[in-house]
Amino acid sequence: MDRPDLGALFLQFLVLSFLAIGGAPTVLPDIHRYVVEVHHWMTSAQFAELYALAQVAPGPNAMFVTLIGWRVAGWAGAAATTLPLLVPAGSLTLLVGHLHARHPNSALALAIRRGLTPITIGLMLASGWILMRAVDHDWRGYLLTLITVVLVLRIPWNPLWLLAAGALAGIVGLV
Amino acid sequence: MKQAESHGPYVSALALFLTFSRISLSGFGGVPFWARRVLVERKRWLTEQEFVELLSLGQLLPGPNVLNLTVMVGYRFAGWAGAASAAAGFLGWPCLVVIALGALQQRYGALPPVQRALAGMLPVAVGLLLATVMKMATVLPRQWRAWLFSILAFVGVSVLHWPLLVVIGSLAPLAVAAAWKGKD
Repeated sequence: MDRPDLGALFLQFLVLSFLAIGGAPTVLPDIHRYVVEVHHWMTSAQFAELYALAQVAPGPNAMFVTLIGWRVAGWAGAAATTLPLLVPAGSLTLLVGHLHARHPNSALALAIRRGLTPITIGLMLASGWILMRAVDHDWRGYLLTLITVVLVLRIPWNPLWLLAAGALAGIVGLV
Repeated sequence: MKQAESHGPYVSALALFLTFSRISLSGFGGVPFWARRVLVERKRWLTEQEFVELLSLGQLLPGPNVLNLTVMVGYRFAGWAGAASAAAGFLGWPCLVVIALGALQQRYGALPPVQRALAGMLPVAVGLLLATVMKMATVLPRQWRAWLFSILAFVGVSVLHWPLLVVIGSLAPLAVAAAWKGKD
């Protein structure tokens, strides 16, 4: 584990800001690589715990980057991950939203949309994969993940109920 | 562009801040659901069609799609100040809540019941993410090319552990060019 360099943290998340197409799950693998594999600021399991905690909180699930930054370097760390990740993306949105209002269906816009979608999906799947390897230690974990996937695909419940059920299953010792 | 579009109600920066605070704080487990309910059904700031278009555009751009929607709605009704107020309301409160949760977990996380509850929630959180990916994957065209790019992105990041910049930097131009050539 090395001492967090806030400037480097800020720059790292600044780059990710422009790559976060489809939202935070797209950049999760890279945050994991940086925080766990390169700098050893936390274990893979701790990383996954922070992700799950952010899922329980209200607001966009991108908030897990705030939590990661906070755990690495306190309030300054939270600012050094959250601001560079969200502010440039938000600004770019304003600019593009402004332009897009004029040319909504240009051929280029369409090609970008169609071209990037598969990449986004592959990257989000990688996020799921990395988290699954971090948290599911035996068949019971994998089974619970599988049950969740099936339920979510079939029933439009509020996901919070599923998380609560998972917590309960954990407390009574099923997982 | 200040009051950008001529149609639609007058909405102040303060109203934007308060409304997006409310959407964000009620958005447990799925913000798009609450955003639609408040903006389209309750406040009637947007039509159904406008909401879907803005959300799709938000999906396409970097950053969380609902944040992108928030910024665009704020800008549309009250210019730069509106965009900033809406985003502040949307992000400020969840930041505080999530850090409070983190502090609680750091303090009490070692207690056995908390450990077990977290151990049960984690596989569910992973399942939620995987299910979302599967739902999104249904929009992929039935062409090997689209799936190839998905698989390459997956392998590059999770098997080869390449930095994201390298993976997107090499795949995105190819994917966009392929989609450009392959357009009908």
